Amino acid sequence: MSETVQKLSTRHLLGIKDLTTRDIELIFETADTFKDVLNRPIKKVPSLRDITIANIFFENSTRTRLSFELAQKRLSADIVNFAASSSSVSKGETLIDTVNNILAMKVDMIVMRHPYPGAGVFLSRHVNAQIVNAGDGAHEHPTQALLDAFSIREKYGDVAGKKVAIIGDILHSRVALSNILCLQKLGAEVMVCGPTTLIPKHIGSLGVKVEHDLLTALNWCDVANMLRIQLERQDIKYFPSLREYSMLYGLNKRILDSLDKEITVMHPGPINRGVEITSDVADSKQSIILDQVENGVAIRMAVLYLLAGQAS
Amino acid sequence: MQSLTLLDGQKFQITIQRLCRQLIENHDNFSNSVILGIQPRGIYLSQRISEELKKILPDANILSGILDITFYRDDFRRKEGPLVPSSTEIDFIIEGKKVILIDDVLWTGRTIRSALDAMLAFGRPEKVEMLVLVDRRFSRQIPVEADYIGIEVDTISSQRVVVTWAEADQKDQVILLSED
Repeated sequence: MSETVQKLSTRHLLGIKDLTTRDIELIFETADTFKDVLNRPIKKVPSLRDITIANIFFENSTRTRLSFELAQKRLSADIVNFAASSSSVSKGETLIDTVNNILAMKVDMIVMRHPYPGAGVFLSRHVNAQIVNAGDGAHEHPTQALLDAFSIREKYGDVAGKKVAIIGDILHSRVALSNILCLQKLGAEVMVCGPTTLIPKHIGSLGVKVEHDLLTALNWCDVANMLRIQLERQDIKYFPSLREYSMLYGLNKRILDSLDKEITVMHPGPINRGVEITSDVADSKQSIILDQVENGVAIRMAVLYLLAGQAS
Repeated sequence: MQSLTLLDGQKFQITIQRLCRQLIENHDNFSNSVILGIQPRGIYLSQRISEELKKILPDANILSGILDITFYRDDFRRKEGPLVPSSTEIDFIIEGKKVILIDDVLWTGRTIRSALDAMLAFGRPEKVEMLVLVDRRFSRQIPVEADYIGIEVDTISSQRVVVTWAEADQKDQVILLSED
């Protein structure tokens, strides 16, 4: 029969590192169908109606939390939300205790954002629930990378062979690492670009090109993914001033128009308008920033559906 | 595995033509009726039916779509893994229309239950009917019956009824597979 069962190779989504190329393709194929569902008059399917998901955010988030929440609601899951700032974490409870208490209330899946790298991996070893990493420190942000690659695939038909430049604060970015791993698994070429202080020393060992000149990077790439300067993670000064950074690494319409080809501009949000990207670029036809947000819900629905489907 | 052919050749084509004539009896020129083939295997029959209807009624506008039911199934998390969804293509409004759901084989009835749910996400039809090529009688787990039936067969649950199509599997036929 042509009804086929296909599973991800992993029980949790902790990072792109653990996914095979086939896993990523399966997520994309499933997301295609969910994107279709999201464009219907009734944007909801009952698949996850007997599943409870806890969204645990130890770090601030707007887009990712909303996007996960919408994805869960569109799949009919029951959800509970938890923000560390308003919880007993501030009274000294440990991560495992917090999560085990939530699980005691019969929760099947945890979506977690945490400031410490590896928090998701740690949790997956100690609690009996499926974990989805919604960002762990400067380590990984797998669903963001999946939706970025999905948006490139949507724009160009395929990710393989495309040249993607990731520009900005690579050092403090979890989006950068997950993007590099995801794009490479799908056969794209990746370049990172930014001031020397914001590029990790040994990043070349991941097989990416390193560039410090914005114009060279833009002339090379098909897609420019502009990252935000993560001032909240910078404990020391990495560049003299935001103004200087913006003059050297900010993408504006003048630079974009001076290129001899039309490149696609992406940004994972939140945008600091006038710093890494100017408003006229962010709102231009070449920008797919809002498509990324739309695709985020479909990608997260696919991830939750595929993970939930394999646990009985 | 023993294989027994239940329907093929000219009889297969006559059965499809008969189903079309029965549809026309109830739906006239299809001005207020639409056809929905259920993914994945019902779409071949719905395609044949709509092609045949167009031959018989050259002036009629036969609206035909395909419906995927994967996310509406009642066995999610009860299988070893999730099913791969197929596409849904409904480029018309079903609100207030007479909908004819089409699938190749009616067995337990669970697919139809899911299809009714999936269809309702697109609106509230005036009436819903069901057309199948093969009805495996006396094996329902849910109280649904078809309005138009190609052939009826009596089977036991260990047997399988498979419909193959020229465009997908080289040959139009219905076969019954039994374990030795």
